Amino acid sequence: MCLAIPAIVVELRDGDNAVVDLDGVRKEISLALVDGIAVGDYVIIHVGFALQRLNVDEAERTLSLFRQLGSEALGAASTVGARP
Amino acid sequence: MKAQYARPLDVKHGHVDLSHGSGGRAMAQLIEELFARELSNDFLAQGDDGARLADPRGRLVMATDAHVVSPLFFPGGDIGCLSVHGTINDVAVMGATPLYLAASFILEEGYPLAELARIVASMARAARAARVPVVTGDTKVVERGKADGVFITTTGVGVLREGIDCSGARARPGDAILLSGTIGEHGMAIMSLRENLAFDAPIVSDTAALHELIGALLDAVPQLRTMRDPTRGGVATTLNEIARQSGVGMLIDEAAIRVLPPVEAACELLGLDPLYVANEGKLIVICPPEHVDAALAALHAHPLGLAASLIGYVHADARHFVQMQTRLGGRRIVDWLSSEQLPRIC
Amino acid sequence: MKYIDEFRSGELAAGLAAAMRRDANPEREYRFMEFCGGHTHAISRYGIADLLPPNVQMIHGPGCPVCVLPIGRIDQAIRLAREQGAILATYGDTLRVPASQRLTLLRAKAQGADIRMVYSTSDALNIARANPEREVVFLAIGFETTTPPTAVAVLTAAALNLRNFSILCNHVLTPAAMHAILSAPQGVPLDGFVGPAHVSTVIGSAPYEPFADDYGKPVVIAGFEPLDVMRAVHMLIGQVNDGRAVVENEFTRAVTRTGNLRAQALVAEVFELRESFEWRGLGTIPASALRLRAPFAQFDAERRFTVPYKAVADNKACACGEILRGEKRPQDCKIFGTVCTPENPIGSCMVSSEGACAAHYTFGRFREAAA
Repeated sequence: MCLAIPAIVVELRDGDNAVVDLDGVRKEISLALVDGIAVGDYVIIHVGFALQRLNVDEAERTLSLFRQLGSEALGAASTVGARP
Repeated sequence: MKAQYARPLDVKHGHVDLSHGSGGRAMAQLIEELFARELSNDFLAQGDDGARLADPRGRLVMATDAHVVSPLFFPGGDIGCLSVHGTINDVAVMGATPLYLAASFILEEGYPLAELARIVASMARAARAARVPVVTGDTKVVERGKADGVFITTTGVGVLREGIDCSGARARPGDAILLSGTIGEHGMAIMSLRENLAFDAPIVSDTAALHELIGALLDAVPQLRTMRDPTRGGVATTLNEIARQSGVGMLIDEAAIRVLPPVEAACELLGLDPLYVANEGKLIVICPPEHVDAALAALHAHPLGLAASLIGYVHADARHFVQMQTRLGGRRIVDWLSSEQLPRIC
Repeated sequence: MKYIDEFRSGELAAGLAAAMRRDANPEREYRFMEFCGGHTHAISRYGIADLLPPNVQMIHGPGCPVCVLPIGRIDQAIRLAREQGAILATYGDTLRVPASQRLTLLRAKAQGADIRMVYSTSDALNIARANPEREVVFLAIGFETTTPPTAVAVLTAAALNLRNFSILCNHVLTPAAMHAILSAPQGVPLDGFVGPAHVSTVIGSAPYEPFADDYGKPVVIAGFEPLDVMRAVHMLIGQVNDGRAVVENEFTRAVTRTGNLRAQALVAEVFELRESFEWRGLGTIPASALRLRAPFAQFDAERRFTVPYKAVADNKACACGEILRGEKRPQDCKIFGTVCTPENPIGSCMVSSEGACAAHYTFGRFREAAA
C-alpha cells in the first residue's frame, strides 16, 4: 500500500489536523504520526495521514545528482561516438 | 360566474409526488407550469404527445443517452444542461447537424420542485444557446428510493451533412489523432464533490455542446475519418473503441496530452488516471495526415478548441493495442478500462 | 506538482538510462527484485523496462498487501457484513479480490451487504460515529506504511469510547516476507533488492541491514517516482559490480536510518506480533503479521464476532504463489490473459493494480505479442 505523495502544508487545524495543498487542490489530513510540522513544510501523505516531513534539501540534492550522473554519462557517450 | 381558480404549482416549496406522474390533472399542471414554461417553443405549445417535424433534407441521424449523474448539480453545470449537450454531441460526431431533442424524465417522489425547476431552466438555456429545441417529452414519477432524484434520457435527431462519412471504423494506418483540449475535468469535478476536496479554484465540468466546433472542423476538413467525444471511460476507452472498430493500433504521446494542474493534482490525491476520467466537452478526431494543419487551425479558431493538440498516430496492429510513449521515454499500453475505475490507495 | 513532476522528467531519465548502460557489465546478467507493489506499478506504468539495459531484469516481489491477502480473510470480511449485519469499511483496492463462492466484496455489496469504500480510517470512524446502532468493521490491510493510520484509528476509537467500531486486522511485515523469499529452498536467483519507499519512511533503513549482512544481497531503498527506481537500480548495479552488499538509501528526502519513531511507537502501543500468519502464495510465515494487543481486544473483530478463519486453497491453475515469489513471470502462467484477466481475475495478482499480473496485463502485455 505505497501510494503516497508530497504536498505542502498550508494551514494547521485543531486535533492534529492540517490542510495540504497540491497545485491548488486542498485536502484535510491528519498530523497524528508526525511532530513539529509548520505551515510551509512539505509532508508525504498516505491514506489521509502525513507519514514524514519531506526533506526539501535532500530532494534538491537528489535531483542535482540525477542531473550530474546524466550529463556525465551522456557526455561520455557522445565522446565515444565522436571517436574516429 | 367566477373564473375557475386553479391553485398554482408551489414551485418554491413543493415536492414531486406520485400524482405528478399519474397522467391526471397534477401531471398536466407540472408539465404546463414547470416544463413547458421553461422549454417553451411552438412544438411543445401544440400540447400533443409527439412532435411533427419538418421534412429533413438528407439522411437522418438519431442518438440517445440516459443521464444518471450524481450529484445533480456540480461546478460548471447540472444534469439538465449535461443531458442536452451530451445528445447534441452524439449526433454531431456522426457528422450530422443536430435539429431536435426529446427529453424524458424519471422523477423520484419527494424531489424538491425548486430544484427540478432549476434543472429544467438549465436545460432550456442550453437548448436555446445551441439552437436545438426540446420538441417533445415525457414525465414519470417513481417511489422514493427508486431513483437518484432525477434521471433524464434525451434523444436527438439530426441530418447528415452532404459528403461527410464519419465513423469509428474508418481510422487507418498513418492517420493523425487529435484531441480538442485538456482532459479529466468533468469526471474530477464530480469526484471532488463526492470526496470533499476543497479548491482554490474549483475544477469545473467542461460540459458543452460541440456541434458548432464540429461544424467548423468539417468545413475545413470534410475528409475527417472519425470523431468521438471521450465521455465515460475517458480518452483511453474512446481510443480503444476506435482501434477495435477500425482494426488498427495507435501510438500516442503522453507529453502531448494536456491536463490542467488541479485536475492532475486531484487525480494524484485520489489515485486516479486522467486518461480514464470522463469528459463532456472534448473531441477525439481521427484525421488524414495531410489535413492535420487545417484541422488544428479550425479547432484553435473556436473557443472550445483553443487547447487542441496532435497526440499521436494510427498504425497497423493486428492486436489493436493503443500504445503510449510515456513522458519518461518508455512505452506502455493504454488498455481498456476493466471496470469502474476504483481509486488506488496503493 | 512540486517534488513529483521533477522526479518524472524524461530528460533526467535519459541521463540515468545512459549511466546504467555505461556501468552495467555486458558480460553478466543482473536480476533485481522490486519488493514493493507500488514500484511494480511504477515500472509498468512508465515503461521503465525500455530504459534499462537489456541485461538487467526486474523480478516482481510480493509487496502488494492485496495480493498476499488469503481468500479466507476476504471470506471473513464478507461474512461479517452478511451474517453479522456489520457495515464493512474497506480501501478500494480490496473490492474486487476473488473470494469463495465466486464472491468479491463488490459482488457481496451488489447482493445487499453493507460494504463501503473509504479513503482513510477517519472515514471509517466517522461511519461508526454516524451509525451508533450498527457495528462498523474496518478491513485493515497493508504493510508498515498503512499500519500507523490504523493504530491512530484504534486509539481514537478508544479515546472516544466508541462501542461499535472494530478492525479485521491483516497488517503484515516487510522484513518477514523478504526473509521468506530469500530463504526459500527453491529460491529464485537474485542479485539485490529495490527496497520499499514508504514502508521505509516508517521503519527506517536499519531493518534491512540483516539481509545485506546475512544473505549478502544489496538493498537500495528507492523513492516512489520512476527516476527514483531507475537510480536505485543504478546503485544496485554499482554494488554488484563492486562486490558490495550493503543497505543504501536513494530516498534520502523521506527515509532515515531510524524512520518515523512516533509512528513506530503508536504501532507498538496498539499491536503485537502474531506467532504466524498465512500469506497467499508464500504459505505460513512466523512473526510476519500483527494483531491488536489485549487492552484493545474490544476493537478486534476476530475476538468480537464469531467468524472463524478457514483457509481456502488457490485455484489449481493459478500461479500467483510462484509469481509472488518471483519464480514465474505473469506470462508464464497458463491462464494469464485468457481465463484470468482484470475483468475476470482468478488470482489476486490480477486484481490489484500493483499485482505483477495486473500491471503486466494492463501496461505491458504488448511486449510478448511483439516477440
